[in-house]
Amino acid sequence: MKYIDEFQDPDLARRLLDDIHSTVTRPWALMEVCGGQTHTIIRHGIDQLLPEQVELIHGPGCPVCVTPLEVIDKALEIASRPGVIFCSFGDMLRVPGTGRDLFQVRGAGGDVRVVYSPLDALRIAQQNPDREVVFFGIGFETTAPPNAMTVYQARRLGIRNFSLLVSHVRVPPAIEAIMQSPNCRVQGFLAAGHVCSVMGVEEYPELAERFRVPIVVTGFEPLDILEGVRRTVAQLERGEHTVDNAYPRAVRPEGNAAARAMLEDVFEVTDRAWRGIGVIPDSGWRLSAKYRDHDAEHRFSVEGIQTREPAECRSGEVLQGLLKPHECEAFGTLCTPRTPLGATMVSSEGACAAYYLYRRLELTPAPREASPVV
Amino acid sequence: MCLAVPGRVLDIEERDGTRMANVDFGGVVKEVCLEYLPDLQVGEYAIVHVGFALQRLDEESAKQTLELFATLGMLQEEFGDPWEMAAEAGGTLPPEEEGARR
Ligand code: SF4
Repeated sequence: MKYIDEFQDPDLARRLLDDIHSTVTRPWALMEVCGGQTHTIIRHGIDQLLPEQVELIHGPGCPVCVTPLEVIDKALEIASRPGVIFCSFGDMLRVPGTGRDLFQVRGAGGDVRVVYSPLDALRIAQQNPDREVVFFGIGFETTAPPNAMTVYQARRLGIRNFSLLVSHVRVPPAIEAIMQSPNCRVQGFLAAGHVCSVMGVEEYPELAERFRVPIVVTGFEPLDILEGVRRTVAQLERGEHTVDNAYPRAVRPEGNAAARAMLEDVFEVTDRAWRGIGVIPDSGWRLSAKYRDHDAEHRFSVEGIQTREPAECRSGEVLQGLLKPHECEAFGTLCTPRTPLGATMVSSEGACAAYYLYRRLELTPAPREASPVV
Repeated sequence: MCLAVPGRVLDIEERDGTRMANVDFGGVVKEVCLEYLPDLQVGEYAIVHVGFALQRLDEESAKQTLELFATLGMLQEEFGDPWEMAAEAGGTLPPEEEGARR
């Protein structure tokens, strides 16, 4: 457990906490959408510094975690083919597919390369005209514009041996799905700051109104989270449900217009399956018809893949905020970062990994004799 | 990957018809595409995600964030060797655990 003197500005943290403590009169459940926020919360013990009445529920905002197993398996299949250079961000290397991961594909001779930026993958394609270069395009509204720009550039420069395996996801439909779930306990949202840096806040007022839920745009540093919680609780106590921006240094109401225009040109909205959760309507992007030549699924036939999720893994419930990681029977026993059963234990933004890294010694996993999870 | 890091623009050049910059992230210099913030100037700070500048940031907030990330080891996570990190995380399973994976 961490202490408040480890905050960057302990006095300010103390004042924000005091304010929250003196405002709250009854229990509230808030969901932080972004996996980066989950890590900050657990790393700094913010949930333990808050009044008992304020519960933080961890949301589905980890791009690595929500990428469906089928897409991971398609990536593994494409990466294993001769003549292919498969490029990915580093945190996808250890995400378990059905029986293996990208790290193991490379060990078996696949040409898997890690890039810092999708433009690096495009450069690799330029330098290897006789090879097929595929980039693994996953992520939320923050990662989608860079990938969109890369495909746009490939087309503009006539680089034909470059394609994108796309599995992009969008936050607002996920919020909608969470609010519509019969088990939903969420009363307020800390919206993901960097997603809003790109998209602005225009998509949120309708959601806040329809579900009568405050949505506060929140950054992911410790003080940002406290400020987001403070503003959300204040609204709830006053019976309000508006959209508020607690991260103005990085979020303009209109977002980034150039990035949004590029997204609209390169992608089109589609239904998308979220790992562990299932299909959420309109919750993803795929390449639009104009860019079909650069769609890896179109270029490589990867149909008919048989996926197999480990039966013990309850990451779907974790991602929806229905279960805390340590309540999973496999947590810390069968499932650790070295032997992950689910992506939520692998990803640096996954909730299970956060609990394992920062809380393991304080938590006891569920007893082994408990009835098995179906 | 989801981490967006503030950095300072060192120099700007046009490459293949695209505005690119060298950006300093508390000591690590990376190439960054400025197409989404076309009027960003040398010396200014921006939030950079996977090699793209996405939003301007004032100098003070940028420096504070970088300092915090450095203390928490997050810059190492973002810019360190991903293969090494993946191997450390357990690239191959000890044989007795191989069965547990299923
Ligand atoms: S602890 Fe492991 S098995 Fe349990 S939900 Fe998390 S990733 Fe899945």
